[in-house]
Amino acid sequence: MIKETVAAILAIFVIATLAGASDTDELVVFCAASLTGAFGEIGEIYEDDTGVDVILNFDGTQALRTQVEQGAIADVFVSANKKHMDGLMAEGFMDNDTVSIFTENRMVVIVPADNPADIQSLSDLSEPGVMIITGVKDAPFGSYTLQVLDNLANDSTYGPEYREAVMSNVISQETSVSNLVSKIALGEADAGFAYQSDISPKLSEQVSKVEIPDQYNVVAEYPLGVLMEAENPDEASSFIEFVVSPEGRAVLERYGFQPV
Amino acid sequence: MVSSQFERGFGWGLIKEGRISGFRRRALKVGLALLLVFAAAFIALPVASLFIKSASGVTLETLWNPVVIDALTLSLFTATTSVVIVIILGTPLSYLNARFDYPGKEIADSLIELPVVMPPMVGGIALLMAFGRMGVLGQHLHACGVNIAFTTVAVVVAQIFVSMPFYLRQARISFEDVDLVLENAARTLGASRTRVFFSVTLPIATNGLISGAIMAFARALGEFGATIMFAGNFQGKTQTMPLAIYTAMQGDLDVSLCLALILVAISFAIIAAVKMLTRRMYKSDVRD
Repeated sequence: MIKETVAAILAIFVIATLAGASDTDELVVFCAASLTGAFGEIGEIYEDDTGVDVILNFDGTQALRTQVEQGAIADVFVSANKKHMDGLMAEGFMDNDTVSIFTENRMVVIVPADNPADIQSLSDLSEPGVMIITGVKDAPFGSYTLQVLDNLANDSTYGPEYREAVMSNVISQETSVSNLVSKIALGEADAGFAYQSDISPKLSEQVSKVEIPDQYNVVAEYPLGVLMEAENPDEASSFIEFVVSPEGRAVLERYGFQPV
Repeated sequence: MVSSQFERGFGWGLIKEGRISGFRRRALKVGLALLLVFAAAFIALPVASLFIKSASGVTLETLWNPVVIDALTLSLFTATTSVVIVIILGTPLSYLNARFDYPGKEIADSLIELPVVMPPMVGGIALLMAFGRMGVLGQHLHACGVNIAFTTVAVVVAQIFVSMPFYLRQARISFEDVDLVLENAARTLGASRTRVFFSVTLPIATNGLISGAIMAFARALGEFGATIMFAGNFQGKTQTMPLAIYTAMQGDLDVSLCLALILVAISFAIIAAVKMLTRRMYKSDVRD
């Protein structure tokens, strides 16, 4: 009796697993953490429109790249910088013809809504005791931060001492921008370098921003494309088409991106 | 060798008594041997792979990488500090729990064990909510100019939070195992309670206390989730070995592998040290 029950349960498991594996209406998207809000919404709309099950995996681009290099299977890869996408293309992980830049983003300084350190301008960041969070150098937002600081250091108004002072105020280097944003939103640090798009509609009450003037800012270019190992390349292509369609662009703009 | 271990095992009696036929006996032996080999390989293979994969990339140069040095120093310092605090606070606490009853003991016991079953990430958020700058207690500390989150102190706090239960549990069992007859004998001979504790109870329980402390040290050394949440990730200040491994994994796999190897070596040395230590102590106990 028990044997039969166990056998029946096992059989159900096997069938369910097989059925799950052969299900083709599933699209796995590896997506830069800065796109969490925007792609969450794009994914939902796409699911509603097509009935395809969109599985989004958000993390720092560099972490996702490592996962792909170590054998993770996905259909679409969305990168927060060109460097990691170029790397994946050179290593043969991408279907290179499908890769294109779909949006741009800019860096801002975000501060908690009550602005405990009273950060009004970039120069306030170099004051002693300001608690700043940045990213690890391998994360796109971390390397963009370093570029911004280099640009400021090369300008006589700020100079290299400014960069040193800001760097010595850094208390943590996060591996994904979403971790940084939540720590700022909680008010646990005074300021952080993040993307303009990180001030999502939901967060606008908890954080405010200090603009980085264009002359010092960097334009973050976001490429996306279909992976060589994609189990569902056709669906992947039509998902990308949707991202760059007017409907997809509208969502991106609402989250502070600048679609190209 | 293998069969001699099984002899002590349960079920062997049945086999010896001949209640299990020869074929079944052999099948059982082969099955258990296979299981043992499989279990050993399951642990040995991934560890060996670390060495195999790192053979090409990890050089002495990687070892002297500042990331590696900083992480190693910080990890050893914080884990040692945590364990010392855990021992100082945990020893009297577990003696109390082993010997006395007090109202709410059940609740206190469950609470103490909670961090063991709680995912470390949850522990990290909880610590941030309590001791962060905006936290329940942290905001008052902040008003007094004390900041804990995102400092080396936070690393130690996180490690104590997750490793304390391991020590408390083991220490309590060790104290409970000390025969009350011995304590009472010492008392009737006129020793004070304190004297009894230090001259009778503590020496007998030492073995268990040490293995508890080692468990706590190992847990503190491996702490990741609570640390990255509560202490952040900053080289030389809060980036311990596990955090450095995670961070390096996203850029330089060689550094990551090098750190992982060091951590494996330390863990192995700890296990070996404990085994040797406890064996020697056991022997000296017997001689006495």
